[in-house]
Amino acid sequence: MATAMMKSSDTQLIPLSFTLNGRLQEFDVEPHELLLDVVRERLGLTGVKRSCDVQVCGACTLLVDGRPVSACTTLAFEVRGRSVLTIEGLAENGKLHPLQEAFIEHGGFQCGFCTPGMILAAKALLDENPNPTEAELKHFMHGNICRCTGYKKIIESIMAAAKKMRSKS
Amino acid sequence: MLRRFRLEEPETVAEASEILGRFGESAKIYAGGTELLLAMKEGLVQYERLVNLKKLKGLNEVAQEGGEIRIGALCTHHQLEGSVLLQKQLPALTKLEQNVANVRVRQAGTLGGNLCFAEPHADPGTLLMALGAKMIAAKSTGQREIAAAEFFVDAYETSLQTDEVLTEIRVPTPSAKSRSAYLKFGYLERPSVGLALAFNLNGGLRDVRIAVGCAGPAPRRVEEAESMLEGKSREEAERILPQAGAAAGRASQAISDLHGAQDYKEHIVGVLLKRAFQSAIG
Repeated sequence: MATAMMKSSDTQLIPLSFTLNGRLQEFDVEPHELLLDVVRERLGLTGVKRSCDVQVCGACTLLVDGRPVSACTTLAFEVRGRSVLTIEGLAENGKLHPLQEAFIEHGGFQCGFCTPGMILAAKALLDENPNPTEAELKHFMHGNICRCTGYKKIIESIMAAAKKMRSKS
Repeated sequence: MLRRFRLEEPETVAEASEILGRFGESAKIYAGGTELLLAMKEGLVQYERLVNLKKLKGLNEVAQEGGEIRIGALCTHHQLEGSVLLQKQLPALTKLEQNVANVRVRQAGTLGGNLCFAEPHADPGTLLMALGAKMIAAKSTGQREIAAAEFFVDAYETSLQTDEVLTEIRVPTPSAKSRSAYLKFGYLERPSVGLALAFNLNGGLRDVRIAVGCAGPAPRRVEEAESMLEGKSREEAERILPQAGAAAGRASQAISDLHGAQDYKEHIVGVLLKRAFQSAIG
C-alpha cells in the first residue's frame, strides 16, 4: 500500500500533511485517529468541542477546505492535503472576524459551548451565500444546536455580520 | 473511542473487491463514514480493516446516458443537492438531498454509503425505489444490476455480496409526463416515515409507484395502494386518496419504535400520500 508504512506489526501510520489555520502541519496518524482528538489533544486547540459525538449537535464543527465537517466523526487522515480552519484561526492579525464581532455585539452566545461551531458554520454559509434569507440561514444552521436556546440572538448576529461583510466587499 | 483498524486504499474496483473477498466479514467498505463510524464508536460493530473507496476514480459523477441518469456511488449528498442535471431531471431527488440530515453529514456522506448501510430511517432508498432505480454492483469478475426493490433485504442488510461494491445508481430519465415527490415526517433527528410517489400523467395516472420508508425495517413498495390509483383520472385519484393512503399504511409493514407507534406511522403514511400527490401533480 503506497500511502502507509508499518511501524510494528499492529501499528499502521499514515503520513499526514495539511494546513491548520494557514500553517503547514506534518506528522503521522493512525487510521482510527479522529480529527477532533488530533486537533484538541495533539495540537492543543480546544475551541472545537466534543459533545453529542454523533454528528447531530455541531459543537465539533471545523471547516475543511471551507466546508463544515463534524470533527468527531472525521478520520484525521481524511484531511491529507487539505486546509483546516478552527475558531482559533478566524481572527486575522489580531482583528476579530466580523462574525465574531457580531456575536459579541448582539449577544450571540450565553454559555459559549456551541459558539465556535456556530461561527464556523455561519462562515461557511456566508462564504457561499453572502445575502441569505432567514429561512436559508435556518436551513443551513439547523444542525448546530444551542442548548441555552439562544437562537434568536444567534440569527441576529449572523444577519448583522452578513450585512457588515457585504458592505465591506 | 474508535478501536484500531487497518486501512486499505485500493485504486480500482477489482482491487477493492479482491480485498473484501479475502478478508470477508472482518473488513468493511468505508466511504463517507457518517454512519459506519458512529456504529464503530459505539462498539456496535468492529472491523479489523476498513477499505477506503475514495481513491477509486469516476465514481463521483452525475451523468445522463442511454436514457438513464447515472449517479456515482461516491457522490456526496452535498454534491447531489447542487447538481444542475439532477435539479432538471429529478427535482424530487434534489429536494430530498437538500434535506438529508444536516450540512456536515451531507458534506461527508455519500449516496452509495447511505444505501449500503441500509439504516431503516434513511431517505434516498425510498425515492429511488419509486423512481425505478437500479443499483450496479461490481466485483473483480464483472458487474450486475440490482433493482432498488431487490436491494434492501432488512434493516442494515442489502443483497450485495461480501466482495461486491456498489458503483452506480441508475435512474430512468423521466419523460415530460413523469411526476414524482418525496416527503418525510419526523420529530427526532431521523424521519419517522418517508413516502415517495411517482407516476406518469398520460390520460390519467399510469405506472403508479409508491414506496414507504422508515416505517419498517426496510423501504418497500406498497402495491396495494398503487393499484387503487392506477389508471384513475386526477379527480378520481383525489377522491380515492384517503382509501389509498389507508391501504398504503397497512401495506407499509410499519413497526413501533422510538420514532412512533405502528398505528401512528400508518396514519402518517396516509397523510404523506395525500400531500405527495398534491406536490407531484403541482
